[in-house]
Amino acid sequence: MTETQTEAQPLSFEEALEKYDPVLGFEVHVELNTKSKMFSSAPNAFGDEPNTNVNEVDLGLPGTLPVVNGKAVESAIKLGLALNCSIAEYCRFARKQYFYPDLPKNWQTSQYDEPIAYDGYLDVELDDGETFRVEIERAHMEEDAGKLTHAGTSGRIQGADYSLVDYNRTGVPLIEIVTKPITGAGERAPEIARAYVTAIRDIVKGLDISDARMERGNVRCDANVSLMPKGTTDFGTRSETKNVNSTRAVEQAVHFEIRRHAGILSTGGSIIQETRHWLETSRTTSSGRPKSDADDYRYFPEPDLVPITVTQEWIERLRAELPEPPAVRRRRLREAWGYSDAEFRDVVAAGLMDQIEETVEQGASPAVARKWWMGEISRLANARDIEPAALGVEPETIVALNVLIDEGKINDKIARQVLEHHLEGEGSPAEIVQARGLEVVSDDGALTAAVEKAMAENPDVVEKVAGGKLKAIGALIGPVMKETRGQADAGKVREIVLAKLGIEG
Amino acid sequence: MADISRADVEHLAKLAHISMSEAELEKMTGELGVIVDSVKTVQEAAGEDIPATSHPVALTNVFREDVIGHTYTAEESLANAPDAEDGRFKVPAILDEE
Repeated sequence: MTETQTEAQPLSFEEALEKYDPVLGFEVHVELNTKSKMFSSAPNAFGDEPNTNVNEVDLGLPGTLPVVNGKAVESAIKLGLALNCSIAEYCRFARKQYFYPDLPKNWQTSQYDEPIAYDGYLDVELDDGETFRVEIERAHMEEDAGKLTHAGTSGRIQGADYSLVDYNRTGVPLIEIVTKPITGAGERAPEIARAYVTAIRDIVKGLDISDARMERGNVRCDANVSLMPKGTTDFGTRSETKNVNSTRAVEQAVHFEIRRHAGILSTGGSIIQETRHWLETSRTTSSGRPKSDADDYRYFPEPDLVPITVTQEWIERLRAELPEPPAVRRRRLREAWGYSDAEFRDVVAAGLMDQIEETVEQGASPAVARKWWMGEISRLANARDIEPAALGVEPETIVALNVLIDEGKINDKIARQVLEHHLEGEGSPAEIVQARGLEVVSDDGALTAAVEKAMAENPDVVEKVAGGKLKAIGALIGPVMKETRGQADAGKVREIVLAKLGIEG
Repeated sequence: MADISRADVEHLAKLAHISMSEAELEKMTGELGVIVDSVKTVQEAAGEDIPATSHPVALTNVFREDVIGHTYTAEESLANAPDAEDGRFKVPAILDEE
């Protein structure tokens, strides 16, 4: 901790890229969604009372022995296959030893030189549809650590009087995915960073091996950045920005680190190998700790666990269970729905692909499904400050609404009101239309009376229409709608007016 | 004599968060050398055809079903804690090492 980081004004991103080529590397931690923990039968659950989802193994009590969760191993193999990795025929766990109160054993049970999956790749899709191949070094199994809260006046570790530890998260199964150094990203480095983490998140969600909620820390990214002067191939010193927990933040952190490194290097300074913290408010990073003796973890094979062997039969059985890869599914759906690239991207960004797929499967057209989910439902969700998918609208509700529109029973405007009433718990669309008497007025008696009234009150409009200006009919629709509380069918109103004036529609 | 230097022992003491006096470092350098030499004799018994193992029993794939078992209450968890607050273990503030 004796050396201090050279300070310099960050360069602009454009300037940085003129002078340097960025090299990236990512370590992504994925928390698995198994029922129990990696090495103990305590529940793997979020949000419970502190120190209640633990037993003697998680607390590292003397004489206790871990036993591997078989489901977690299968999840690791599935993820390895999804990342196009080789699966190790034989691998072991190892002890990674450090003293910090987040793990009461004083070591983390992890994998060291024998990861369960290695040498893979992931083709990540960029915004313009291009793909960029990220080489995967390894994916290995380990356990999560407990959660520390630093108490004291500042609320931060610096100046804290003491720390409080909750071991509920201790022992939650993790898979750490490590990339090889990523070169050739150039100015697209930040975008590639976001696309990579997004792809990992989508894959683990698709495999149903993780809840994949980044805001809860289910997927966490450590982003490594270094720069090499243009035209050279020797990697520079890297910084590692820890625990970046949104895809947007990963993009911003890489963007900032490239600028920061370039600022230091271009003024003759040198980068210190250290961890950095991402600061969401200023969109910058701050210095963490330099790499030091504490990184001497003295790994050795875990003597309390036996090795894992994976047969070809086991691999093939798990391979057969793999779902369609997210990128393949996206391509298939985009073609089937006929959306433009921009329309499809918006759907993916809104997290509504599943909902639209189900709505289409239940009989709505892709255009109608998109109109509802990306339009009214997104608007209602936005007003409530939640994700559209979290609004609780079922695809069958949208299909039912659309059937009512197609049958001419309600118009678009009424349909939107019905959806709001549905969200307020008033039942199915058909029930709401029935209970509130919202069915469009198309019985000729009531409608004709309303039209006659509107015509009598607007003789000037009637004159124009009679004179051939058919567009003027629009001025009669408003009063009719008012008379019928919005339940008139505009097409029908037009028909009646024309019939009364003896004009051929 | 095994190749354990005084610097090795100082390094290990630092990693283990143990503070040692000059006299202790001196003594431990010699003792650790003897221990390493003793363990080394295993290499004489095991030829090159004997693979290294990490477990005395030649078992693989001992797995547990993914089912939830017993847990402790917060009170039980904290029974042996030197200090506690709000259902959590209270520990001295340590600068982030992980």
